[in-house]
Amino acid sequence: MQIKQTAMAGTLESSDIQIMLSQGEKGITFDLTSDVKKQFGDAIKKTIQDVLASYQIDDVMVKVVDKGALTPVIKARAITVVQRAMDQKDQPNWEVL
Amino acid sequence: MASDERLRRTMMFVPGNNPGLIKDAGIFGVDSIMFDLEDAVNMNEKDAARYLVYEALQTYDYNGAELVVRINGLDTPFYENDIKAMVKAGIDVIRLPKTESADMIHELENLVEEAEKEFGRKVGSTHLMAAIESAMGVVNAYQIASASDRMIGIALSAEDYTTDMKTHRYPDGQELLYARNVILHAARAAKIAAFDTVFTDLDDEEGLVRETKLIHQLGFDGKSIINPRQVAPVNAVFTPTEKEIFNAQNVMAAIEEAKRKGSGVIAMNGQMVDRPVVLRAERVMKLAKANNLVDAEGNYLEK
Amino acid sequence: MKNNVNREIPDKILNEYHYEDFQSTDFLNPVIQRVAPKVTAQAGPSKVVDSIKQVVHDTVKDGMTISFHHHFREGDDVFNRVMREIIDAGYQNLTLAPSSLTNVMNDIVVEAIQKKTVTNITSSGMRGSLGDAVSHGALKNPVIFRSHGNRARAIEAGDIKIDVAFLGVPNADEMGNANGMNGAAAFGSLGYALMDAQYANQLVLITDDLRPYPNTPASIKQTQVDYVVKVDKVGDPDKIGSGATRFTKDPKELKIAKMVNDVITHSAYFKDGFSFQTGSGGAALAVTRFLRQAMIDNQVKASFALGGITKPTVDLLNEGLVDKVMDVQDFDKGAASSMKSSPNQQEIDASWYADPANKGAMVDKLDVAILSALEIDTDFNVNVMSGSDGVIRGAIGGHQDAAMANLTIISAPLVRGRIATIVPKVTTVITPGDSIDVVVTELGIAINPKRQDLIGQLDKVPGLPVLTIDELQQKAEKLVGTPKPLEFTDRVVALAEYRDGTLIDVIKEVKD
Repeated sequence: MQIKQTAMAGTLESSDIQIMLSQGEKGITFDLTSDVKKQFGDAIKKTIQDVLASYQIDDVMVKVVDKGALTPVIKARAITVVQRAMDQKDQPNWEVL
Repeated sequence: MASDERLRRTMMFVPGNNPGLIKDAGIFGVDSIMFDLEDAVNMNEKDAARYLVYEALQTYDYNGAELVVRINGLDTPFYENDIKAMVKAGIDVIRLPKTESADMIHELENLVEEAEKEFGRKVGSTHLMAAIESAMGVVNAYQIASASDRMIGIALSAEDYTTDMKTHRYPDGQELLYARNVILHAARAAKIAAFDTVFTDLDDEEGLVRETKLIHQLGFDGKSIINPRQVAPVNAVFTPTEKEIFNAQNVMAAIEEAKRKGSGVIAMNGQMVDRPVVLRAERVMKLAKANNLVDAEGNYLEK
Repeated sequence: MKNNVNREIPDKILNEYHYEDFQSTDFLNPVIQRVAPKVTAQAGPSKVVDSIKQVVHDTVKDGMTISFHHHFREGDDVFNRVMREIIDAGYQNLTLAPSSLTNVMNDIVVEAIQKKTVTNITSSGMRGSLGDAVSHGALKNPVIFRSHGNRARAIEAGDIKIDVAFLGVPNADEMGNANGMNGAAAFGSLGYALMDAQYANQLVLITDDLRPYPNTPASIKQTQVDYVVKVDKVGDPDKIGSGATRFTKDPKELKIAKMVNDVITHSAYFKDGFSFQTGSGGAALAVTRFLRQAMIDNQVKASFALGGITKPTVDLLNEGLVDKVMDVQDFDKGAASSMKSSPNQQEIDASWYADPANKGAMVDKLDVAILSALEIDTDFNVNVMSGSDGVIRGAIGGHQDAAMANLTIISAPLVRGRIATIVPKVTTVITPGDSIDVVVTELGIAINPKRQDLIGQLDKVPGLPVLTIDELQQKAEKLVGTPKPLEFTDRVVALAEYRDGTLIDVIKEVKD
């Protein structure tokens, strides 16, 4: 599935992560910036991929600027950005939470 | 029962969309942590804060603090989703802002119960509290406080209240005297906790202590705070004196003695000890423990 | 082979650089033959020369070891001026042996490495672009990191033979009598530079304030000085030290500081006549403030405060809560400017402060030391040198030395962002766990199991949860997750000495 619109969630504050989704056609592509990319780059992507998978999104461009966010923060921001990109901001998907 | 009642000296506001503050909220020894989805969160970020608090509640260890969330008001489009998300997350207490009537609590209670059923949580496990922020709220304080078995407390929120009263906050707090007393009486009559409003000037510790002393004298359970730096000054005001602790220890010893003898009458220095004295002694011991003045067995610790 | 802190040290390195591997924190009582500098006698009326260029030309030759001090910290003007002349004159194969390298020195050192002007470095530490360049293999020979006490030892033993020392001073007379406490660029104690002054074959003073002869008090004496250069400015006083000392308002730092204070005051060492070293940084300053109140409340006075000194420590001296301040460097203007008017604020050199190969160093008399850490592992080993990405960004400073205190406390948050501070294995061992007694984090403290006495003193303090170091590590890992191991090449880019001159660890080139 593809997203409906470009969307962004999160901030550039310390301990936060900013995720932007825009329409893509060839699978999920990542552009990841993080001070902890060496140690946690894969873990960050995995957290976001899991959220995308739970919404059946398989074609999307993901731009991530991480400021040392922990997993629950990444997951919350990913859910937020997907809901926004699917234009479902006000209809939470309770299954995914 | 005083002995079952938890201490609620401090209830700390934590902005619901701030990952750093949410992560660390559990390390400062506050009695209650109140995640704020309402005023601390920008209109466009209500969804983000809701998910963030939800995920935080699934993951972080808050060291036994009572976990409260201030949801958005009944008149907002965020109200119902806030309730569902927080019930699903297993929050201890939902705090309703701008409460003016018992009906508002009833409506909240119905939605909470629905959510508890939907997400498989035990019906009745989610507690409620109300913030009183208007003249109408103060007038209806007892009805609000006694509107549901789920209610654990009511709180004065002075910023909106003083605006409604066509005044503003003064250092001596005269403008809040009536509201504080009404809310306190409503809480005590309904046998729930009473929380005082925040003190917003972080750099005025003297002012914070002055105001805390006043509400402590009136009988409030505790104060709402906006920063961990306010924990120690507030707790200090709620700390029993050495004399109060020794007195309470004597009462506790008398209770033990009566138990040992199988006697229904508690006596101390040849006089009967009344129930209110027992309750007060229990609360003093609990505060003494919380302030690290006595050990787990109730023995006084030399400073 | 593996040394006594379980680090793999390549045999090639031990053989090629003639190292013993680290064995123990005990120095024992060896007999040591020290070296003496060459002295070029002179009796002229003045040592003042016109320019740095001239004095460089007269003193420096290819392959020499040159040294500097870092007392001007981020306000240093001398290092860049001298290095500019040296690079531009085309010298090659120099060994750079400063007391430490601050950020203002980074770019010119990187340039000197690229132009082969500098081919060897020994320092307390390095950061920024320089640490990055070295970690990526820019320097052919490994950097040698030494603590302040170990640098003093190495100079005395001849492991570092300084051919020319270029020392910036905020005042001097025409013969080279100088101190650090007067003048526009005053920084207080000259502690680290006094080693260079005593042992360098040639000593060049650079000052912007030439005073009438004889200039007193003289920390550096004319008997040691070969040249005096007058320049317009030696440093930016605003960047030498932080101005007004600001206490942290960060609630987590305050919480940790309060717990550190609880550890100190509940230990058996907190009694009249105790001694302490707190260091700099927001949390350390907050500890000093809590400690002050505890000393007043309990009517306890300290015999001395040691090491790098801050204004809050000087305030304790002025309040009569501390008898003596033993001052090897000053971190802020308040501390720097009080030295000249305070006879109980004693300037000490790095050897007196911290050198193990001595007839007695002050760190061995120290009761309490509060130190920081980038990482601590479950064996209590501490890393203050490599960042979470494996890149060099730190300094040993006095860490290994002050850890000789009776009660060494590491104060650090459990995690920084997504980086755990308490880890199964530190990236680089700088200070061995044997010398660490208590680790304090916001979630609780861990006590080194070999200190059963401290466990007895601290395990029932209300509000001070005692956990095992493994429990703290697990709490950290639960929060941040398990990091992917860092990747390094086999090439060694830096050697970390222990304070006795043995090799405690090696740092390898990062793989990107």
